[in-house]
Formats: sequence, structure tokens, C-alpha cells
Amino acid sequence: MSSAAPMQGRPILGWAIHDGLVVARRNLIQSIRVPESLFFSLVQPVIFVLLFAYVFGGAIPIPGDGATQEDAAAAYRNYLMPGIFGQTVAFAAAASTVGIAEDMRKGLIDRFRALPMSHGAVLTGRTFADAARQILVLAVLSITGLVVGWRITGGVLNAIYAYLLLLLFAYTVAWIGATIGLSMPNPETASTAGLAWLFPLTFLSNAFVPISSMPAWLQTFAAFNPVSTLVLATRELFGNPTGIQPDYWPLQNPVIYTVLACAVLITIFATLSVRKFGRTTSK
Amino acid sequence: MADDQAVFAEGVVKRFGDVVALDGMDLTVERGQVVGLLGPNGAGKTTMVRILSTLLTPTEGVARVAGFDVVRQPDEVRRVIGLTGQYAAVDEYLTGRENLRMFGGLYHLESSYVKRRSQELLDSFELSEAADRPVRTYSGGMRRRLDLASSLIAKPSILFLDEPTTGLDPRSRLGMWAVIEGLVAEGTTVLLTTQYLEEADQLAQDIVVIDHGRVIAHGTAEALKDQIGGDRIEITVMNIAQAGAAAEVLRSLGNGAPLVEEAKVSAPVSGGSTVMISAIRALDSAGIEVTDLLLRRPTLDDVFMSLTGHAAEDEQQAQPKRGRKGKTS
Ligand SMILES: Nc1ncnc2c1ncn2[C@@H]1O[C@H](COP(=O)(O)OP(=O)(O)OP(=O)(O)O)[C@@H](O)[C@H]1O
Ligand SMILES: [Mg+2]
Repeated sequence: MSSAAPMQGRPILGWAIHDGLVVARRNLIQSIRVPESLFFSLVQPVIFVLLFAYVFGGAIPIPGDGATQEDAAAAYRNYLMPGIFGQTVAFAAAASTVGIAEDMRKGLIDRFRALPMSHGAVLTGRTFADAARQILVLAVLSITGLVVGWRITGGVLNAIYAYLLLLLFAYTVAWIGATIGLSMPNPETASTAGLAWLFPLTFLSNAFVPISSMPAWLQTFAAFNPVSTLVLATRELFGNPTGIQPDYWPLQNPVIYTVLACAVLITIFATLSVRKFGRTTSK
Repeated sequence: MADDQAVFAEGVVKRFGDVVALDGMDLTVERGQVVGLLGPNGAGKTTMVRILSTLLTPTEGVARVAGFDVVRQPDEVRRVIGLTGQYAAVDEYLTGRENLRMFGGLYHLESSYVKRRSQELLDSFELSEAADRPVRTYSGGMRRRLDLASSLIAKPSILFLDEPTTGLDPRSRLGMWAVIEGLVAEGTTVLLTTQYLEEADQLAQDIVVIDHGRVIAHGTAEALKDQIGGDRIEITVMNIAQAGAAAEVLRSLGNGAPLVEEAKVSAPVSGGSTVMISAIRALDSAGIEVTDLLLRRPTLDDVFMSLTGHAAEDEQQAQPKRGRKGKTS
């Protein structure tokens, strides 16, 4: 037998991160090799911006902003953009659901599992890559927003915080999406189930309409919905109009609440999905 | 714990709900040996390989690979094995080279080594021209070769191959055999599964025949063939009235009682094709006219017929070929 294969030294960040990055690299290469899928994931939010800005623009008044009709339309565009940012990163979860369901159908997962690699790297790699893809999506969205009149007035540092918060949220929902994907019998079901929960989540929030305009019973749900606090935090950080907030703690402290909610959700869903990953594939 | 044993399994049982996939499997593979696991569809070959490669946990029994318990020391097992599953397990969107690089990274190998080793494998598996094309564009045979190359990146000392040549054309099959023989010559221990006696015969020193999740025979290819009576000569006479006379001719040539079924007469023989010439001469001089004459080598079906009393075909239940129903892989 020829000489044994030489091993790498242990990386500073540990094997789990190393393995996660190797898998993330694979997932990112995949998105380059299927440019169609990347293209449509960019086109959809752009269409959304244009639709909301020109079709609904001004139809939904933002309390406390804009005296004239024109002012109201401009205010709504500024109000709207963070909503679309929030909705877009939330919907990124669907890609994780389908992606993981497809991986499970292929024999590749078996090979991963027969390697001496870290458990869960398949999932961390997937969620990391899915969140990383959102950087490009957010860039394209921001440019479209700027073209239709959206402006950042809260300062550079705050804008960076806003983008980081959006990416943290993308990473969080990727874990939820991955957990759903692992529970689905096939990628076809996964693509339906992966979207189903996202509509109520994003529409029962302040992404497009102020919470104060909702019936009372909905206000409570919307106030604790992390999509609302993400969008509100983003509005504040970008210096966009926020409207008037009902009296709920999350709405008073949107950044803290969003970060906490993300931490809790990542902990829950990462634990659930890693456990599920071990079980579904090792019957 | 005998360390010279690459694989040791005793009384392995695997149940999936009501389905008993393995029903007390015993298996030993010595280091440097090539063992063929032979069985029809549904016999439990894949299940056994998956247990040995830590993808499944056995319901009962013990299994050790390189002295490591597959349930309690899966990481140690994973470090010494290479696995090529029944279905190609490579990433469709990555190129051949990227696949090898990814697996090398996940084995935690030095990246300069991975680079060198990938090129070496791509060259020896005739994939260097396609190395930088996405796997999606590969033929079935190329995929299979890349699949095997992927499991060799870390130079494993023990290799599990689940039906490595199923779905390959005869030329690719011969190529795959040559590759496996090369690995064996380098000292790799190989456990391979197959549905073809011919393949087990070609590659393996030791053949383990399984059916319904248990071992029903075990030995060298020669021993197994002898056990089922070796070659048979089979003739069809023109005139049924001459069948009796033909049987007498075959009795004098062969080494066992002839079997007469209407116009068809058969008998076990040894000596390969020379016996055919003698048969033609003897039949001709006895004035027996034949419409068909052939020498039948034992097939997997014959092995099964004689070992279990049922044809291997019976096992082909109406289940999808990829009997894994989505997530339960
Ligand atoms: N995940 C599973 N759930 C339920 N039954 C299973 C599962 N995996 C295998 N089986 C059953 O276990 C038995 C053995 O299957 P296995 O795949 O090991 O056979 P095999 O010898 O590899 O067959 P083939 O030649 O078709 O690949 C079959 O009856 C099969 O239906
Ligand atoms: Mg099989």
C-alpha cells in the first residue's frame, strides 16, 4: 500500500466551521452553475418594488407623514423599502427548504455521512450559503430602491447595522426552512410547504401596512412577529418613516427584540434540524 | 478484537418496521482480501454495506470494521473506509475536480495533497478531459468512475463497493474491473456486492451468497459452482422419439444423470468446450439429429435454484428500484 494521505492541521475555528464552509462553497458554486435560479430570485423582489412603488404607492397612507399627495407617495416608498427587504429575506427560507429536500433525495448525503466530517456541517453549510446569497439580493434590491426614490438618511454605520440585521434574519429563517425541508417526503412537497408559512408571517406584519391600522387582535400577533421588529428596526436604522407604533415592548425595542428572537430561533431550529438530520438518514 | 480482520460481523439483524432486511448475518473479511456479497434484489446487500459504513445502525448483533465498532466508534470507522454506494453520490453541479476537492476537504486532508491526488485519480480513471465540466454532463460510466475516485481520495484501506458495475456497458464494466483489481493489488481490502456470479467470480477470492438477509452459502467461486454441479450440456432433438437415445449418449459423456424434458435433454458435464466436440461426434455417429446444442455455465439463477429451491426472480417484489422513499435513505 502506498503512503497514507497527509492530514491538515486543526483549523483555528475548529472542524465544524471548516466543514460547514466546504459545504457552503459547494452550495454557492451550485447557484452560479444554475444562473436561472439566481436570476429569478433577484427578479422577483425587483418586481415587488416596482409594483408597490407604482401600483399601490400612496394608496396606503402612513400616519404622521406627508401632507400633500406627492409627499405621501414618496413617504410610502421610503416606508415600503424596508418592508420589502424584510419580506425578501424571510422568503429566502423557501430555498433552504427545497435545497435540503433535494439533497436528501440524492445519494450524496450518504457519502457525506460516511465521511469523518462534522455532524451538521451539511446543514450549517446550506444555511450559511443561503444567507450569503442574500447579500447579492439585498444589493440588487437596494439599487432598485434608490432608483425609485428610496433614500438612506440614518448614516452609514446605521445602514451597515440594518444590512447585518437583515442577514442575521436570513440566516435564522434558513434554519427554519432547513428543518421543514428535512421533514418533507420529497422536494415537490417541500417547495409548497416551504412557502406556505411565509405568507401569513410576512403579511401579518408591518412590512406593508402599519400595525396601528390592524384590528386589535391582530396587533398583538404582528407586534411580536419578528418580521415586524426586523422591518421596524431597519426603518429606524435607515432613517425611513416608521409610522406610529402601538404600545408593545418589541416595537419599542425592535433591534434588541429582533436579535434575541433570532438567537432563540437559531438555537431551537439548529438543534431540531441537526437531530432530525441524524435520525432521518440513519434509520 | 482481531485487528487483522477488516470486517467482522456476527448475528447482524436489521428490521425496518415489519420488514426484516437482515436476519442474522455473519461476515468476516480478512485484511487484503476481496469478498463478494452475492444475492438477488432485496437480499440485504445494500443494508449490510450501509451498516458496515455507519449509515445504518443494526437492530441486533455486532459489526466491527478495522476493529472499530460501527455503532460506538463511527468516526474511527469513517476514517479508514471508502464507500461507493449503489447510486452515484457525487454533486451534479460541481465539476469532477471540484467534487474530489470537496471530499478531500471533508476528509480534512492537506489541500496540496488533495490537488495532486485528484489529478492522479482523474488521470487513472480516464476523466482528465472531463475534469472541469459539471458532472451533469457526464455519462453513467463516467459518473460511476468519479464516484469510485471520490471514495479513494483519502486512500482508504477498506473499500465497500455496492454493485459497482450495475448499469455499465460491457466495456465500462471491464474497465471498472481493472480498476478494482488494481486497488486490490495495492493491498486494499474490498467488500463488493453484486448480482452477477461472473463478477464475483472475476474479482473475489471468497463469495458469500445471501438471501432473505442471511448467508446461504460461502466459498470460492469454484467451490460454489461445484456445489451446484458446474456446467451443463443442453440439446434439443429434432425427433422426440430419439430423446431416450440422446440421453444415453449424454450419460456416457457427462458426469451425472441426464434430464429429459420432451425434446430437451440435458446433463452435467465438465471439461468446457472440448466436451461439446465429443458430444457432436457421438450424437452424429448415433444418427441423432439435433436442432440446438449448447453448453450452459451456471448462472446466479442456477446457484439460487440449487441453494434455495426458488429462482432469484421471485425476490423481485413490486417495489421501486430505489426503495428508499425519499427521506429514509
Ligand atoms: N429504509 C427502508 N425501509 C423499509 N424497508 C427497507 C429499507 N431499506 C431496505 N428495505 C428492505 O430491506 C430488504 C433488503 O434491501 P436491500 O436494499 O439491502 O437489498 P439489496 O440486496 O441491496 O437489493 P438490490 O439488489 O435491489 O439493491 C428489502 O426487502 C427492502 O425492501
Ligand atoms: Mg442494493
